[in-house]
Amino acid sequence: MYVAVKGGEAAIANAHAWLAEERRGDPSVTELSIAQIREQLALAVNRVMAEGSLYDPDLAALAIKQARGDLIEAIFLIRAYRTTLPRFGASEPIDTGVMACDRRISATFKDLPGGQVLGPTFDYTHRLLDFKLAADGETPEAPTRATERSDVPHVAEFLNGEGLMEEAPRDDSVPPDLTREPLEMPADRALRLQALTRADEGFTLGLAYSTQRGYARNHAFVGELRIGSVPVEMDIPELGFAIDIGEVTVTECETVNQFTGSKTEPPQFTRGYGLVFGQTERKAISMALVDRALRWEELGEDFVGAPAQDAEFVLYHADNIQATGFLEHIKLPHYVDFQSELELVRKLRREAMENTAQEAAE
Amino acid sequence: MSESAYNFAYLDEQTKRMIRRAILKGLAIPGYQVPFASREMPMPYGWGTGGVQVSAAVLHPEDTFKVIDQGADDTTNAVSIRTFFEKTAQVKTTTRTSEARVIQTRHRIPEEGLTEDQILVYQVPIPEPLRFLEPRESETRKMHSLEEYGLMHVKLYEDISRHGHIATSYAYPVKVEDRYVMDPSPIPKFDNPKLGDMAAIQLFGAGREQRIYALPPYTKAVSLDFEDHPFEASKADHPCGLCGAEDSYLDEVIVDDEGGRMFVCSDTDYCEGRRAKGFVGAMAATDQMAATTMTKPTLEVL
Repeated sequence: MYVAVKGGEAAIANAHAWLAEERRGDPSVTELSIAQIREQLALAVNRVMAEGSLYDPDLAALAIKQARGDLIEAIFLIRAYRTTLPRFGASEPIDTGVMACDRRISATFKDLPGGQVLGPTFDYTHRLLDFKLAADGETPEAPTRATERSDVPHVAEFLNGEGLMEEAPRDDSVPPDLTREPLEMPADRALRLQALTRADEGFTLGLAYSTQRGYARNHAFVGELRIGSVPVEMDIPELGFAIDIGEVTVTECETVNQFTGSKTEPPQFTRGYGLVFGQTERKAISMALVDRALRWEELGEDFVGAPAQDAEFVLYHADNIQATGFLEHIKLPHYVDFQSELELVRKLRREAMENTAQEAAE
Repeated sequence: MSESAYNFAYLDEQTKRMIRRAILKGLAIPGYQVPFASREMPMPYGWGTGGVQVSAAVLHPEDTFKVIDQGADDTTNAVSIRTFFEKTAQVKTTTRTSEARVIQTRHRIPEEGLTEDQILVYQVPIPEPLRFLEPRESETRKMHSLEEYGLMHVKLYEDISRHGHIATSYAYPVKVEDRYVMDPSPIPKFDNPKLGDMAAIQLFGAGREQRIYALPPYTKAVSLDFEDHPFEASKADHPCGLCGAEDSYLDEVIVDDEGGRMFVCSDTDYCEGRRAKGFVGAMAATDQMAATTMTKPTLEVL
């Protein structure tokens, strides 16, 4: 049996060696550099940063390379690395009102202070394969115009002036930390949003889509979607004040939802909120829709039994690292449990056969 | 990646302290599931991250560590976890049950009796014994706090009325110290009688589900049953083909493509120990051939 112990270890080592070779692919093809992945597969990098909960484009690019482009595997690598990092402290909340926007659109107003900026978007592109790219990736320089940097007010505030928008008073309480405390129910909104921002994009998209198709329908307008960089400030105890320690690119989506009022709330527009690392607008919009659906209780709406309304269902199943681990663990040997099931099924069958035989004899 | 960049047994000391607190609480309230802030480990959830975190929190540098999966030291995931601790904690490892101070296990309790100097760490996939009766965590926690276990008894009763006996063959629930109903992890019910009154400390870690629970030494753990349908530990009705043991849990191994099969101890250390003492099973003559030709190709594929 010691042969088998050694065999197992050798098999694992050999499998890993083979994997490394497959990762590299044909060695006559130039190897991808981290910088190439970071610059040319930026949206994959963004997704890995968002769901990995770690803002570091170079590490995310490395993870994508190591994971052979399997983004969930890359997210896993980032999560496992992140958890070993020491904590120096927490930053001040970022202020998206001072964002240097690359993109900022509102679906609720034709024009608005700060303007509509399409930015680098796939929207309105015709999804035709560009065969030129296969030969030559060089692109002409995009036109530019000078902008003066100014704060861009949030759309929701315009509606708020009229009292049509649900109030969202500033709350300075320290939010719970999903990565340091076990997730327990009921989860408040801060905790739910924390779970959603790192939730699997596909799962979040599916849930959001289900609310649009009538499972806890709550018609959402994209009040505003903005993508850009914001400064990150941190309070340094030795200095006694907060200083800029860097900047991050984030995508923020605020939805404006119809609300005809409930027993506790007057008719007004209500909010759904999404905030995600990087340029990740599909995820941010999905997050806002799911956030709104999960708010049924605090707004006095009915629970109609829709999956997107069910915080336990959503939060316990949204993490792709948990999901993929448990799903794939069924590849592990289960022959002990299977053996006991075998014994049981044989016993049940024997009894059933005997009963049938007895009935036939009678 | 350099291993020395990581703390002893991978986790940082703050995290280990947090896990030890959860373990102590678990020991103080046997059978109660203590929530803990499970960390992302460098192996996937569902592959023993709970057990690995518990082992990391209880291991000392001078300890000897054993890992079994399905009773065997040689299964790939057991090999992987053992290698992980060899690398990150530089602890001695063994396959001998009696030599290990900490034993991490998946799906089995070793055949050999454990002592007061040992800790048995279980990997737990779903810690909640009521989960498949009630999917909501908020509900099941309430049921535990109210000692509301009627649903479980109804389930067992329905089994009896349908099949004539309880149709649960593994992860068979136990009641701990007449209070909490506990999931013993997916061990075969054959192992259930060993849970109660064990000399060693038993710790259960569920990483993905963020729960730790425990049985202190010599704790009462009774498999749920009815007076007229008493609990019965069962196994394949054969002796081990290699060592002839009649008291050990057996795996069924298919030996040819004509339905031929043999039964062997799932606890590899127990089986080897017996054979070293000269016990020989009915199929032992062909065993070496069978064992090597069979296990090797399977593992190569993995």
